[in-house]
Amino acid sequence: MSSKKLNLTLKVWRQAGPNEKGEFKTYYANNISTEASFLEMLDIVNEELEARGEDPIAYEHDCREGICGTCGMVINGRPHGPLQGITTCQLHMRHFKDGDVIYIEPFRAKAFPVIKDLVVDRSAFDKIIQAGGFISVNTGSAPEANSIPVKKENAELAMDAAACIGCGACVAACPNASAMLFVSAKVSHLALLPQGLPEREIRVQKMVAKMDELGFGNCSNVGACEAECPKEIKITNIARLNREFYRARFLSNVEE
Amino acid sequence: MGWFLKTFNYSVGKKLLMALTGFFLILFLCIHLFGNSFLYLGRDAFNNYVHFLNETDLVYIIRVIEIILVLGFAFHIWDGIRLWWQNRKARPVKYFVKTVDPKSTWTSRNMIYSALIIFVFLIIHLRNFWYEFKYGSIKETGATDYDIVVKTFQDPVYMIFYVVAMVFLFLHLHHGFQSAFQTLGINHKKYTPFIVWFGRVIAFVLSAGFASFPIYFFFFYGGN
Repeated sequence: MSSKKLNLTLKVWRQAGPNEKGEFKTYYANNISTEASFLEMLDIVNEELEARGEDPIAYEHDCREGICGTCGMVINGRPHGPLQGITTCQLHMRHFKDGDVIYIEPFRAKAFPVIKDLVVDRSAFDKIIQAGGFISVNTGSAPEANSIPVKKENAELAMDAAACIGCGACVAACPNASAMLFVSAKVSHLALLPQGLPEREIRVQKMVAKMDELGFGNCSNVGACEAECPKEIKITNIARLNREFYRARFLSNVEE
Repeated sequence: MGWFLKTFNYSVGKKLLMALTGFFLILFLCIHLFGNSFLYLGRDAFNNYVHFLNETDLVYIIRVIEIILVLGFAFHIWDGIRLWWQNRKARPVKYFVKTVDPKSTWTSRNMIYSALIIFVFLIIHLRNFWYEFKYGSIKETGATDYDIVVKTFQDPVYMIFYVVAMVFLFLHLHHGFQSAFQTLGINHKKYTPFIVWFGRVIAFVLSAGFASFPIYFFFFYGGN
């Protein structure tokens, strides 16, 4: 496929700081190659802004290969853009048409306050992990991998859940800004493995309590999170989180 | 008891309360529909059924069930408002571009609105039937419970309102039934497709079943 050039109109959310009032500003991205990635397109726009002495559009990025979960933004109303199963950095300009108007907004959630422009503070996720998303192991050399048998089905389910990169697209997509898909992925991958069992009951209670405390909404089983997740985490994990929660609350003596 | 009540202050606990009260209310609707079906058997059959519930020794059990029913509605409504309010607060700044995810259903995103219409219907419904059966002045003219029902359903405005409300009941249950299973943690490769299908059947049977009464008495009932 030969590369073509696109001329695009960008409507970008600009907000100078956490407590500043934000607004959409219009930018023109001209002569953009269809082979450029979405973030490269923003880089080109930013270079032009800098050349004109204007403040470049702040956005987060790191690995640019879809595994770090940093580059979250909402493109035309869809977290990580219109395609399924990819992050923003994996989105390419060939999926847009010449003359398109593209709205770019930050993730919107009370628990993810805007720092600047498209950059939001997602440390709420770190706080949830700190509350219980860990296992206790001795330090020292890595233990022998196969000394504790794990059945294949569980290993695969745990691996699927562990694919979560904590990007926050589930929160951004959820009409309630709920973090249930993220929390369920983190609870699931540990609950499915023998290494996660010592803290099993306390973990789910602490992580749910922390999620509630941080101002995320409640899950209403809409399923938008699953559709927008770049790692295609399934809402069957949310059902598992619910089971783990009831098991801990009603069948164990462990109180958060 | 502390640990038990505290459970329902977690987000997952709030959803559990929503699911359990929802199932209880669906069970009530099934029994209610069964009771209403006596309308098709004629004046005596229906009046005898109402009499059987209210004027035999069964009345003591019925009163207790009524209290549980009111509590079921109250908790479902209170919990729903609490969840809805928290969910609103969780996104103080809305998106400018509102793209609806093609995979999510309209019903799942608008439960509060279908709930609101069902609630308004419930109030009017209680006024028209529960109140009239018990305290209505029409009774002094010798009209029976059956006559009250027929007369009410022959009002075109009420008939249309009733049917529209049942459409929203369908939409509410369409999401609610299968969503309650997910909340209970039941999402299984083997059973979930059946649960989703069965939920739609239940939603249709209940809403179409209830809507059939005003439609029948408005269009097809020729008096007796």
